[in-house]
Order: sequence, then structure tokens, then C-alpha cells
Amino acid sequence: MDLALRDLGDFIADTLHKEVTGTEIRLDELMVEAKRDSIVRVLTFLRDDANCKFRQMVDICGVDYPEDAERFEVVYNLLSLSHNRRVRVKVRTTAEVPVPSATGVYSAANWFEREVWDLYGVMFSGHPDLRRIMTDYGFEGHPLRKDFPLTGYVELRYDDEQKRVVYEPVSLPQEFRSYDFLSPWEGVLPGDEKALEADAKGEGEGA
Amino acid sequence: MTETQIKNLTLNFGPQHPSAHGVLRMVLEMDGEIVERADPHIGLLHRGTEKLIEYKTYLQAVPYFDRLDYVAPQNMEHAFAIGVEKLLGCEVPPRGQYLRVLYAELGRVLNHVFNIVAYAMDVGAMTPMLWGMEERERIFEFCERVSGARMHMNYFRPGGVSKDMPDGLAEDIMTWVEAFPKFIDDVETLLTENRIFKQRTVDIGRITPDQCMDWGFTGPNLRAAGVAWDLRKAQPYDAYAKMDFDVPIGKNGDCYDRYLVRMYEMRECVKIIKQCLNEMPPGPVRVDDRKISPPKRGEMKSSMEALIHHFKLYTEGYHVPAGETYSAVEAPKGEFAVYLVSDGTNKPYRCKIRSPGYAHLQGMDLLTKGHMLADAVANLGSLDIVFGEIDR
Repeated sequence: MDLALRDLGDFIADTLHKEVTGTEIRLDELMVEAKRDSIVRVLTFLRDDANCKFRQMVDICGVDYPEDAERFEVVYNLLSLSHNRRVRVKVRTTAEVPVPSATGVYSAANWFEREVWDLYGVMFSGHPDLRRIMTDYGFEGHPLRKDFPLTGYVELRYDDEQKRVVYEPVSLPQEFRSYDFLSPWEGVLPGDEKALEADAKGEGEGA
Repeated sequence: MTETQIKNLTLNFGPQHPSAHGVLRMVLEMDGEIVERADPHIGLLHRGTEKLIEYKTYLQAVPYFDRLDYVAPQNMEHAFAIGVEKLLGCEVPPRGQYLRVLYAELGRVLNHVFNIVAYAMDVGAMTPMLWGMEERERIFEFCERVSGARMHMNYFRPGGVSKDMPDGLAEDIMTWVEAFPKFIDDVETLLTENRIFKQRTVDIGRITPDQCMDWGFTGPNLRAAGVAWDLRKAQPYDAYAKMDFDVPIGKNGDCYDRYLVRMYEMRECVKIIKQCLNEMPPGPVRVDDRKISPPKRGEMKSSMEALIHHFKLYTEGYHVPAGETYSAVEAPKGEFAVYLVSDGTNKPYRCKIRSPGYAHLQGMDLLTKGHMLADAVANLGSLDIVFGEIDR
């Protein structure tokens, strides 16, 4: 299985050497990194080629890496029923540069791309109907971005005077608490600086 | 005769419609009683589950999965547990695997019973609903006995399951599963050859295998179109490889076939549940690694180390090695998957939930175009839509 997957990865990389920047197998899953502008060609090839036959677009999702120059990653998960295989195609983009839409290749891409647009603000060029899908009508911002606060910016309540639901800036009676339990025990504990010195010394002696 | 201009009527279906199966607002463009275009507006139940999970440890994320597809919560947990286990690289002990398969199949029965009886009510039959709820209540009781909760079990944990079965439960499930086919027969006598039911479902919302592929259909909806594809067979996880069962497929891909496929799947569930109960090996139910699974209560009272482990696991949680995985299970509604990106800390960096209903509901326009308004309800019911998982 693993060998066949490696062969498939090499085959894709060889055939699409202009469009694909790299392939990788991790945890028995094949990943293909593609150039943004040729994503449609890559997906069409993966769908139609006899060795690939990835005829189902099972998922498209975004991932946000705010530190990177091209901060958004759009991940396409494809499934081939005839070969019983999966492949993951990734492209990188920024908030300004649109990704060519895959709706022409897979009809299922329509809503998935709308979701990525809604939650991350990644634009898709050539999409027939790029509206928001998950959030409320008139919502502002893209909630799954890492810089969007968990509590959001607005909250809504029913206003008895206006007889309708109104939006108001979020007010927290208690400040948002992020319990960061990330390894307070690892590294150097306060008052234990000697251990650090001993470590450094030990390393120095070793070298 | 003078020509009259007829303007299309735009009709709001939902969000408070009883057969919208939750909170679906569908904007229908009608030409008389014929649906020209269906535009589902979703997101009315959007709770930001994926965002919340990014702020929770892996263990704290499990209960969120119960609340996605609340008709069959077990199967959602299953996908997450498998994904985290893949990243951690741990193997679930056999008894844990069998227990998970057992409860995943009970979840499938829960889902199919509810879908079929609710669907019957959508198209005009009342009685199956009353019978089905009784049967679901029996299964809830088994869930409660093993985990303490009727519906939102929080039972499948990364590394196994939270608790072993109490004494006598296996026998009781066996007694129930022996009697359950009688319920399926009863519902079949009410629906399968029922003239009204067939008039409402046969040849309604037909979809071809090619369209299914294009629109990302999975699960019973794909199988009803005649594609023999089941992740339990094709990419077996946990103890499914050892199970002997058949995959029922339909022929026409219409509402009636989707109903029939679910009906037959319940009979296959009965087979799997019986095999699980008969072949369940003894032994531990979760992985014996104190860095992942908590120690036993008794051990904690006497061992300092166990207490430390317990404390660390429930405050900091475990660290998952950096990596990413797309792990899918055959949930009752179709392929339910979790795309998990870990950055090596105790919280998921990204947890994308791929719900089958999302893709199915997208195909609503395709299925409904050219049908009558009443058929929109039939189509919606046959797709098995639950908004918990679609809106997330």
C-alpha cells in the first residue's frame, strides 16, 4: 500500500512537474503541494487520469498560519473509489490573492469554497456564487482566522422596545480567560537556575 | 388570446418548518407548484465548534463531537478518536476496538431508526414515529448504562473507550438485538409496500452514480445509486476487518431506494452487533499508556505517580506530535471525517470537520429541480439531514 502510494506520488510529481512543487507521504497519507495558479489543472488531472481517478472531492478546508508570508493554506481532500485511495492537495495564498475556483472540476466544491471564504476570507476567482454560508447575514470578519477572538466582536439579544433582535458590541462581565496549561513543568522552574547552568556545563564538557 | 406574463414566486421554506429537520431556511423559486431552484441557507445553528476546539485540549474536544450529529453521537466521536490515535501512533486494545464497533453500530441503528420514522412522518405516516422512538429509547438505555449519558456519551476517547461494560449489559443488548428484527419487519409492513409511501418516494429525487461522485455524496445516499462503497469494508478501521456483513446497494438512486438501503443496513447492523457481543475478547478497554489514558480510580488513591498522571492529563492534557491527518469513518449518514492539524502542543491547531450532510444538502438543488413542492420535503427527508453536523 505504502509502496503504491509512493509510486503514485512520484507519478504525479513527474507528470505535473510544472504545476506541483512537492509530494510527501506522512502517516500513510499522500500530500501534494501545488502552485496556486495551476490548481484547476492539477485537480482536473487527478480526477481524469486513469492512475488517479480521484473522482470525489470530499472536502476543502482552510488553515491559517499568520506568521507565514502566504498565510492561508487551502487543503483539498480527494477520494478515489476505484483505487481506494486518498490524496491531499494544498495551495498557499494570502488574503488579497484569489485561488482559482474548483467548481468547474467538482460541483461539490461550491459550498466548500464558500465556507473557506466565509471562515477565512480566502477569495476564489471564477466561483459562481461566493456568498457567506455559515455566519449570519451581514456578519463582518472571518471567524476562523487565528487573530479573530474566540468571543467575537458582537453579541445579539432580543430588544423588547424595538421588537427585534439587535447586535451589540460584546461585553464580558469577566475578562476572557485562556487557560494555558502548556507545560509549566517543563524547562526551568523558577529558583532552579542552577540546573540550567549544570546542563550548559554538561553540554560544554561533552563537546 | 393575450399572453400573460407569469412571474416566478419565491417561497421561504423554513426555518421553522417541521420537516426542515432542524433549522434550514430554503429559498425556493417556484413556477406554480414546480420548484425551479432551491437555495438552502444554512448556518442558523452555527456554533463555531471548530474554533472552540482550537481552544480546548484533545480530551476536552471529544464532547463537542457528540453535539454535531446528535442523532448518532457515537460515530462522530469515533472519527476524532481515530484521528488523534493516528497522530499519537497508539493502538487500541482489542476489547476497546470491539466496544467501539458495538456502539458505533448501535449509533447507526439509532440514526437509521430515527431517519426512517421521521421520513415516514414527512411523507404522511404517523405510526412508525411512535414505534421508532420506543426502540431508540431502548438503545439510549444501553448508552446510559455504559457511559452515564443517554445521548451525548463522551465515550470514545483517543486511546480506547472511557469505561468497560458493566455486568449484565452484554446479555441485555443480546436480548434486545434478538428481538430487534421484529421491529424492522413491523416497520416494513407499514411502509415498504405501502401505496401512499411508494407514490411519494418512488422515482422522486433520482440521482445517478456520476452525479453522486460529482457532488460528493457518500454513505447510504451513494449506495442507493448503486455504488458499492462502504468505508467499513474499503478502509476498515478498528475491528471492522473481522466483521462479516454485507453492503446493501440500491438501483435507481431515488428516495425509495435510499429508504430501502437504510432498512437493509439496519439488518446488517444486527449481524455486526451479534458478532461483537459473541467475539468480544477480555482485556483492557483503553491503551495502557499513562501519558495518554488516565489511571484507574483505585490506583490513583494509592499511587503518587498515578495521581500525578491524572492531574497532568486533566489539566495540561497530552501533547500530540506535530503532523496532520484526514481520518474518516463510515458514519450512518456517510463519510464523516476529521482533518486534524497538530503543532505538537496539547491543543489541535486546526480541526476541520467534514460532515456528510453538508455535501448532501448541497445537492438539494439538483435533486429538487423540476419536482413539486411536496417532493422537496420528501427529498430533504431522504437525504438524512441533521443540522448539528452541517452548521457545526
